[in-house]
Amino acid sequence: MLKKPGDASTLKLSLWRRGMNQAANAFAIGAAILVIVPLMAIFIYLLIKGVGALNWAFLTQTPKPVGEAGGGMANAIVGSGVILGIASVIGIPMGIGCGIYLAEYGRGRFGDLVRFTADVLNGVPSIVIGIAVYSLIVLRQKHFSAFSGGIALSVMMIPTVARATEEMLLMVPNNVREAALGLGIPKWRTTLSISLRTASAGVITGCMLAFARVAGETAPLLFTAFGNQYWNMNLNQPTAALPLQIFTYAISPFDEWHKQAWAGALILIVMIVAAVAAVRITTSRGALKGAS
Amino acid sequence: MPDSLNPMNSRDPAEQTQNPMAAMPALAHAASERKPGVASSVLQRIRHTQPRSSRLPDAAFRILILLTAVSVFAIVVFVVVELVDKSRLSLHQFGLGFFFGHNWDPVNGDFGAMPFIYGTLVSSLLALLLAVPLSVGVAVYVTEMCPIRLRAIISFLVELLAAIPSVIYGLWAIFVLAPLLRDYVEPFLAKTLGWTGLFTGPMYGLGMLAAGIILAIMIVPIIASITREVLTAVPQNQREAVLALGATRWEMIRMGVLRNARIGIVGGVILGLGRALGETMAVTMVIGNRPEVAKSLFAPGYTMASVIANEFSEATGDLYLSALVEIGLALFIVTLIVNALARLLVWSITGGTAGRARA
Repeated sequence: MLKKPGDASTLKLSLWRRGMNQAANAFAIGAAILVIVPLMAIFIYLLIKGVGALNWAFLTQTPKPVGEAGGGMANAIVGSGVILGIASVIGIPMGIGCGIYLAEYGRGRFGDLVRFTADVLNGVPSIVIGIAVYSLIVLRQKHFSAFSGGIALSVMMIPTVARATEEMLLMVPNNVREAALGLGIPKWRTTLSISLRTASAGVITGCMLAFARVAGETAPLLFTAFGNQYWNMNLNQPTAALPLQIFTYAISPFDEWHKQAWAGALILIVMIVAAVAAVRITTSRGALKGAS
Repeated sequence: MPDSLNPMNSRDPAEQTQNPMAAMPALAHAASERKPGVASSVLQRIRHTQPRSSRLPDAAFRILILLTAVSVFAIVVFVVVELVDKSRLSLHQFGLGFFFGHNWDPVNGDFGAMPFIYGTLVSSLLALLLAVPLSVGVAVYVTEMCPIRLRAIISFLVELLAAIPSVIYGLWAIFVLAPLLRDYVEPFLAKTLGWTGLFTGPMYGLGMLAAGIILAIMIVPIIASITREVLTAVPQNQREAVLALGATRWEMIRMGVLRNARIGIVGGVILGLGRALGETMAVTMVIGNRPEVAKSLFAPGYTMASVIANEFSEATGDLYLSALVEIGLALFIVTLIVNALARLLVWSITGGTAGRARA
């Protein structure tokens, strides 16, 4: 049998070297297992506890007062949808615009500056963004609102979307652009209808990853959207959000609320995993379409 | 900068970056005058023959795109300005002593951030201590050891770990991890390592140890993915050279791979530290939220991020609010430095391609 180089059994080795090799193998495998175990544990607990607490009322009713059984998180699920909708409407175009700038125009010093600030923004703790949006909007309006929550999340989406867009646009071959320009199509039209369109699968992936990332964000919503026990469809009023509701219920002392927190967490994770899986499927089909 | 050398190119520098010739713009241009097939020349000519009617929309589009880019820059500036402005009261009142004060007494208006700084540092360092060997182990396993079929699966699972929201980690930690720690791990640690003084006192389950462990789980995917990226960037012939000298696989990894990649790995570790420092929800849910500096890891603590999360919306009084914003400002500055350092290190080893798709 042909043996691979580096396979310890092909070499005459001292016990020490052989032992170290085995130990390193064991350590790496052990590390891989140890990292996967919490993931599995979290998913298994979510499934067991979440499915047990999930029912029709949970999806259709608003929270009941403490002590009363039943109730649900319908308002929080819809509230999360509204807040994420606002965040996407603002964050995705801004992010894509910034990405276009970086890829198509931003070669100079200002481009580097924007690239660096995007990275900085990406690293800013979400709670700090919460404070900043609080003092910009909430403090001036003197009340919490879904709108301010959406702004906070959109700020967190921009850098992710921007960098993904930039990367994908840079992958578009230059002769695709040349062909378009050669037909007399203006630059803006070339960028939007040719370059961006060619890169669309990758850009969409970036947007969905950004969406998945902010969907579970709680910290910036604590003092922007604030949460609400009732239905609220007014964008200018405090609004419930799924992660906020999970947080409130998890740290409460009531068993009934703990169960609801698990159910809420299950719903949240299903939404996020669906988004990530969708991303996986799109990326496996190739980041660029029609250009290779 | 190429643009300054060649005025002809200055109108649309970005279009030429893909062209290898763009590195030497003057030469490229001269050459392309003779060979019309070269991209930059074609783009230049198109530029000049573009109909007048498309100039205005082009300029408008350019300005619009520039505005979005400027706004990203403006957001960061705005965050800094807002934080400094809102924390002015506290900055003025306590000065630098704010960061060394041990009292956190909202009732009497006495604020010191030491317990929170301590909590943030200890929980983050504990997380690094646990996460670094594990992440490097996983990355080494995925890049150097595991069968190709497993590679994608493990990478995907580790990626999935990064997709779980912080609040769900917290929920799991409260109801699963903390009881586990309280009933099994902490008694064991107290018995075997109690003499160090780090593992003494009442065992609640919730406390610094729980926070460190949950943070470790959360930063593993970050460190592991950067490390994997850096290890992949190590040239294959480094491995082959070490193997040819008769090394075992571990010796090959140690001498040929890890030694070459160490700067990048440190970068990944610092990036993980940045995340751990700013992490809020999961920590808030399990650390116990008591502003004390305690040596024992079983004791409850408090972090900078979690004090903001817990007290910000209930803070009464301008000074209280201002003190909390100042903690936020400190957190911002620390994560900024940490992240900048990490990016620099990662870039230095992968030539700026880490985390970016390769064209």
